[in-house]
Amino acid sequence: MMTIERKDELQNLCLRFRNDLIDLLHSIQTGHPGGSLSCTEIVTTLFFEKMNIDPQNPSKEGRDRFIMSKGHACPMLYLNMAEKGYFPKEDLKSLRQIDSHLQGHPCAHKTIGVELSTGPLGMGLGAGLGMALGEKLKNSEASIYVLLGDGEIQEGGIWEAAMAASKYKANNLVAILDNNGVQLDGTLEEIMPMGSIGDKFAAFGWNVIRCDGHDVESFSNAVDEAKKSDDKPSIIIAKTIKGKGVSFMEGKNTWHGKPIDNNEYKQAKAELGGLV
Amino acid sequence: MGKEIAIRDAYGDALLNLGKKNDKVVVLESDVGSSSKSIVFGKEFPERYFNVGISEFNMVSMSTGFASEGFIPFVNTFAVFMTTRGADPIQSIIAYDSLNVKIAGTYAGLSDSYDGASHQSITDISFVRSIPNMTVISVSDAVETAKAVEAIADYNGPVYLRLSRAPAPTIFDDNYDFRIGKGVELKNGKDVAIIATGTILHNALKAAELLNEEGIEATVINIHTIKPIDEELIINAAKRTGAVVTVEEHSIYGGLGSAVAEVLSKKCPTPMEFVGATNFAESGDYNQLLEKYGYSPRSIAEKAKMVINKK
Repeated sequence: MMTIERKDELQNLCLRFRNDLIDLLHSIQTGHPGGSLSCTEIVTTLFFEKMNIDPQNPSKEGRDRFIMSKGHACPMLYLNMAEKGYFPKEDLKSLRQIDSHLQGHPCAHKTIGVELSTGPLGMGLGAGLGMALGEKLKNSEASIYVLLGDGEIQEGGIWEAAMAASKYKANNLVAILDNNGVQLDGTLEEIMPMGSIGDKFAAFGWNVIRCDGHDVESFSNAVDEAKKSDDKPSIIIAKTIKGKGVSFMEGKNTWHGKPIDNNEYKQAKAELGGLV
Repeated sequence: MGKEIAIRDAYGDALLNLGKKNDKVVVLESDVGSSSKSIVFGKEFPERYFNVGISEFNMVSMSTGFASEGFIPFVNTFAVFMTTRGADPIQSIIAYDSLNVKIAGTYAGLSDSYDGASHQSITDISFVRSIPNMTVISVSDAVETAKAVEAIADYNGPVYLRLSRAPAPTIFDDNYDFRIGKGVELKNGKDVAIIATGTILHNALKAAELLNEEGIEATVINIHTIKPIDEELIINAAKRTGAVVTVEEHSIYGGLGSAVAEVLSKKCPTPMEFVGATNFAESGDYNQLLEKYGYSPRSIAEKAKMVINKK
């Protein structure tokens, strides 16, 4: 159980990250706001509540791993990493700019603390499974967290990895689905309806957990439940809203990766309670 | 040349020996383990052997996780599937992050002869060669296979290892000093340089004998490491002979021939001819395919004479 005080702290942190995200993406006029806003509570709860990680020793044996398989949401990853102390916050403004270590999609060999380069969708789950099995060979207790987009799971490789994770009883693998229901060209229903995603993963032999992806306590409890799995990999289906927190972005595929103009910026900041 | 040994058998034995020496070696397979011979490792080390079924994309993706964990994964499938179905994680993770994954593409060239062109691999080198950070090795006999497996395990970085299904005469002995990036001159002649890679090397050697009967002295070079390529050896041979033929069981567009041409056009422009694929082949007996598609010693010798005439 999470205390009310801790819940408030995490929620305030998420609100600050949303504000910082809008500032950042407005200032650089590039990047993906929609999917970054939908995974805010997920990433923040993992980094500040759940994961055993040490920014002073980012390669420490036995640490938990986080793979942002939906790599385009990396602005939210970078905000968390900077806050955690992996790199100076002033680096953030160099995101997507030449000579920066902060690439448009996560890059493990440029950004210390990023566990795996991602961006081309569908590979993070298999890579995470490889890490999970590697940790098992080392008799480690670490968990491997893989954040998937719900559009991303249209990639066949996800289901190849789903089969394999089940075969190898990778109970230390925790997939998290940012289930915002929207992909680049439209809603999932319009572009490629996924039916019951939970039933699909259950049929592949996974432990399926559902939660409110914008409630830090609900998500935190889901992670605790996933870690109790005996012999199955787990997927947390986190119900979210694309563009969460900014009314004109919410649920809109057009805000997958659109620059924020000055008027939109003012409105977004007003809604988030931040100063312009 | 010594007795014929199947490259895949040599590979399986080499993996097994490596597994005994190094417990960081893990092997991934996508349901062709009894063909690639990765199964030899799997029988001895089941806890380090991951047969993920017919899912090359996932197999290669998984290898990136093992490499991130400090293991040395060897991934196995047919070369043609490895570099098409496995291409995405090879390029966007393994090479991009310079991960220590060994990508073993077997049944390369026309060696999966009866299965037909869909299973033969004539484009794998051109793909892996064009990717930054990638080392590309193509072996010619059983000894070289064993030495290469050891060498690439000791090297920290991504490597593509190209393996044939075919039995190949043994060219090298146990004293062979295999070094990544260093080509091997097997014959030194002044009239033409035949530069080959893979098991077809033995036909290049036979071609040199045919040429010799006509009074033409050929240099024969084995380029087992196509990237990084041994520029010095190639340039010296070109300077000495003034005529170069490349020989590879692969498309002449983007493979060894292109790599040699890139070196020579920049540093020592030299007339060239190319023995290799310009089209899909077909089902059939391996030696008959080599004959029909221009890889016979006689065909190689003809190309050598053509390039000598261009001097």
